[in-house]
This record gives sequence, C-alpha cells and structure tokens, in this order.
Amino acid sequence: MKSWQPIDLVARDLDKEVKQSTYLASKIKTEKRVAILEQDYPDADLLRETAGRIKQHTIENLDTYLPKAEERLKENGAQVYFAADAAAANETVLRIMRENSASRMVKSKSMVTEEIEMLPFLEANGMEIVETDLGEFIVQIDNDHPSHIVTPIIHKNRRQIAESFEREGLGDYNDDPETITRRARAYLRRKYLDADVGLTGANFISAESGRIAICTNEGNARFSVAANRIHIVVAGIEKLIPSDRDFALFLNLIGRSATAQQLTVYNQFINGPRAANQPHGPEQLHVIFLDNGRSEVLASECREILRCIRCGACLNVCPVFRQAGGHAYRSVYPGPVGAVLSPLLAGNRYPELADLPKASSLCGACNEVCPVNIPIPELLLRLRDRAKREKISKANKGTPSLGLWATLCSQPAMWKTALSMGHGMNYIPTEMIPHPAARAWQHARKLPKFRGGEFRKWFKNRKNEQR
Amino acid sequence: MSSDRDKILCNIKSALDKLPERSAYPDWDDTLPVSNHLAGVKSLKDLFAQRLKAASGLYFDKVEELVDFLVAGQNTAGYCDPDLAGLFAGAELLSIETGFDMAKVDDYQFGITRASSAIAESGTLVLKDSETSSRLAALAPWIHVAVVRESDIVASPLQAIEAFGDDPTIIFCTGPSKTADVEGILIQGVHGPGVQVALVIR
Repeated sequence: MKSWQPIDLVARDLDKEVKQSTYLASKIKTEKRVAILEQDYPDADLLRETAGRIKQHTIENLDTYLPKAEERLKENGAQVYFAADAAAANETVLRIMRENSASRMVKSKSMVTEEIEMLPFLEANGMEIVETDLGEFIVQIDNDHPSHIVTPIIHKNRRQIAESFEREGLGDYNDDPETITRRARAYLRRKYLDADVGLTGANFISAESGRIAICTNEGNARFSVAANRIHIVVAGIEKLIPSDRDFALFLNLIGRSATAQQLTVYNQFINGPRAANQPHGPEQLHVIFLDNGRSEVLASECREILRCIRCGACLNVCPVFRQAGGHAYRSVYPGPVGAVLSPLLAGNRYPELADLPKASSLCGACNEVCPVNIPIPELLLRLRDRAKREKISKANKGTPSLGLWATLCSQPAMWKTALSMGHGMNYIPTEMIPHPAARAWQHARKLPKFRGGEFRKWFKNRKNEQR
Repeated sequence: MSSDRDKILCNIKSALDKLPERSAYPDWDDTLPVSNHLAGVKSLKDLFAQRLKAASGLYFDKVEELVDFLVAGQNTAGYCDPDLAGLFAGAELLSIETGFDMAKVDDYQFGITRASSAIAESGTLVLKDSETSSRLAALAPWIHVAVVRESDIVASPLQAIEAFGDDPTIIFCTGPSKTADVEGILIQGVHGPGVQVALVIR
C-alpha cells in the first residue's frame, strides 16, 4: 500500500546503533548551538541575515571577486590554478606533486576533495596520502565514507573504532576515546614530519587580500603546513568573501553553528608561502579554484545554496537526517544542504539523486539555523518542481497523480459539487475507489457531511443588497 | 589550464548577466559581531584571562608561577624563542634550548614563542608567522606557552583582523587542540598542544 522513498528505506533498515549515535549527537549539537548564540548575542538573527546577504552579494559578483582573489594571491607569491571539473583538479594536484618529486601527502579535512574523489585518484598514481583529521583518518582506514560534514564518523561508536585500530596494528583493543586519540596523534605525527605536501581545503577566501581562512579544532591544518615544503589548497569558487573584515562575522558564526564554540580552536589565515624569517613551513603555496558544476548552480534558480559555509547545523537539526543518517543521501553532502546541493552538482547523475529534495518534511528548521540564512525549504520545492517538469521517474515515485485534483480545483462549479457530494465516497467500499490517493485517504478516514456554504451564501446576498 | 580559467569565468559571467540586478553589499556596524562578553568590561586583561580559561586554556601573568606549573608537571625540557629566553634566566630547574632541533621534535615538552596579540572577548592568542620564531615549536610540544604583551590585548576578533598587516600566515588559537570525533566526547591534544598557556607580560 505504502510507496517508500529511497531515503525511507534506508531509515527503515538503518542499524539501531547507528541511528542512536546519529540521533543523540545531532540533538545535543543543536541544543548547544542555540544556547551559545542566544547567550552571546542580543540579536543573533541579525548576524545570520547579514552574513547571508554578504554571501549572496559575493556569489552575484563572483566575476569581480574571483579574479581579484587570484591577483592578490599571485602578488603574494602563490600559484593559482583553475579547474573546471574534478578530473582537472586531480590532475593539477598530481602534476604539482610530480614536478616537485613529491610522493607523500598529509591531508587536512576537506569536503571538496571528497567531492572530487582525489584520494583514490592520487593513490592509483602511486602517491601516499594520509587523512589527518581523526574522523577522516578512521574513515580512511575503514574504507568508509563520511556521514556528516563536520563530524564524519557520527555513525560509528568507540567499539567499532577500537576494532579498526586493532586491525590496523595501532595497538591492542582499547575503546577509551583518549587512548584512541593519543594513538592517532603518535601515528600521524610521523606522517606529518615525513610528508612533502600538505593539502587543505578553505573555509573562506578574502578577495581583498587573498587570505585563505582554514578552521580546524584538532590542529591538523596547522600541522599540514608546518614540516612540509609544499602547501596545496583546493577550494570551491564559492568560498570567497569580499574583504578581511567579513572574517569577523563568518568566524563567529561558523564556530558557534558547527560545534557551539565561540571560535573554532584554530583559525589560520594564509595568503602566501611562509614568512622570510620563518624556519618551518611550506616554501610554495598552490591554490586550485574548482568549479565542478558550481557555475551551473549559479545560473540556476537555486543559486542561494552557494552561500553555504558547510557548518552542518542544518544536518543536526533535520528530523530526516536524524532518522536516516548521512549515508542515506548517497552523496558527499548529506542533510538538507545535500538534498539541494548534491542533485545540482551531480551533472549527468542528476536523475539518480533527484529524489533527495523529497527527503524533507519542509518544517523549515534548516533555514532557521542556517548561519547564512539559506531558504532551503524553498530551494527544495524548486527542485521538486524541476523533477516533476522533467518527469524524473525516481523523484516522482510515491507521488499521487494530482491531475484530477488540479481539474477539480480549477472549476468552481465542480469544486462546489464535490464539496457537497464528497461524503458520498463513504458509501463506496474502500477497495473499489478508483484513485490510489483517494483510496489511501479513505482507508483510514471518512469524509464528514458537508455543512459549509453559509459564507458563500452570505457573500452573494451581500453583493445583491449593495446593488 | 588557462582554458579552464576562461571557461569558468565565462560561465560565471553568463550566469550573472541573466540577473535583473545584483544584491548589494549590506552595511554592517563594527559592533554587530561583538558578543555580550565585552559588555561593561573594564580590563581587557581580566576578560582575556576569563575567556581563555573558558576555552580550556591556562593563564599566567607571573613568570615564576608559570615556571612552578611546568616544574610541578615535570615538564622541564623545552624550547624557547631566543628573544624571550631572558624571561626565564632565573629558572634553573628548566632546561631550555633556543634553537629548534628537528631531530628532537618529539622530545620538547614545551615550546615558548611570542604571540603578536591576544583577543579578550574570545581568549584567543594571535600568532603571526613573522613574529613566531618556530612554527613547529608552537605546535608540536604538548605544552605551548604564548608570550603576549598586556598592551597588545585587543577587544574582539575584528580588531585583531584589522591589525593583520601583510603577514603571510596568521593563526588564531583559542584553547588547546580538540576533537569530539569519537562519540562526541571532548578530548584535548589531538595534533597540536594539549595544553595552551598564555603568559601575559608588561
């Protein structure tokens, strides 16, 4: 009787432990986020709205800001590249490594490198890549995928992690989170010191100065640019903000929205190779600006999604994410932001992901928590409409056909008749009702006898009296 | 590669040319990102101390007390920026090196380097690359001591940002290195320092 959406099936079959881990962690993060914003600001909404307008302004003027950032970075001694798609970005990274006889990379957490599947590409080309964010490191040794933008292993518990560490030879089974962390520290320390290349993403890039802000709590992005000679940054073209002053707004918002911290522990601002008198750190800075579908999103009616700063607050608050987990979205970006962004960035895989915009109750919580005030529910509706118009079968699965309903609503006479006669349906045996949606409705409910019409009568008479 | 550049900029331009108008940059006041913590504050130094502690950092404004803390934890071998070594001249229990030896990177129990400024509102230390004697000394040892002058404490992040200058790398450090990746449980000291200390001097 019931037709399941793909995401419903995942939620139904999701391992109980995973569901519990995801649900509890998301709930706590949502509560802490609200508490710190309310405590710290007289009007936190004004910050969100302003930040949203700044980002909207920036993406609508990317034709000015992107070349400006490029110019500033070059002036500061950075090398700047543009990559139209994933393949171009991966090739560029590989070329930089080969030209510098580099073979070992330490990698800081970056969603965009997940998006372009950089790791398997470089490994296939003989490079050694180590993920250094604790969560991403565990994802890497488990050959898994992150299930959350900020906390990639929200779906795993300590026992599973302890088993993985034991399997990888990182010590005997021990599921104490502190021991797990210390072991990772010791193991990754060697990797940092031996690496040639450190690769990071970017959280924000100031067009005014070319400064790239990278926010981490663990310090992995700091260590990825401390002992090695080369720093490569891969950044989506939407990461820009107009000026350094804007950092003040965005850094205050991202720390609180992502992890309920006043500021993320480490905020690095980088716009060139190390200072002249600095003994440690990269002598080369390479910055790769990636499009990979973003300019198409900019041309679409969902361009607001390019404001996103990847804080994960919409995931944590979303009732669908809490039940289904991040893997249910079958793409790099899960949750409400992913339900919009993933189908848009999917290129010719769009029909496969076109059902994601339906994985929402449109309750609006994602918009309410968004630090850049993205109207996610509205964008979901626009994408649902697109899927309907383009007749994407996957997206329309389980949607009752509404043609009859549309006809009914557009004909006043028919509508009135239906209102007064509708309860006649109660006398038809349920299984004989010819329309699936009407049958489903009548299965559990009965239509009441029509008792309305008074207003229409009054309104009509009122008009007559006036004449 | 230049073809990718042209392609991207061309796509952006054609996407934006369709817009009837482009959103303006919103006006916002410098007070907008300033949090309630700064309300009615008289001493930036006191607020900095309080906010640093809230971020799990340690605050000292007397060299002797810092030395006692290090000695009590049996952290006696470390690195110090040569320009700051004079501060610890009387601390005979500490064995301090002023040259950072890469071969001993994991042996230093503490690293003492200069912070260019500090942010009172958030308890943040600001490390500028040109004023940090060694990136690794500020990062690899379990304890990092950042030495900051009292007069260099600013009120909010915005003021620290306005003082960026032309340094190629600036780092805001707000407390010790942290993770909550395993079941959301907070653990300090992942890759960076497990103990972040600020020593405020005159």
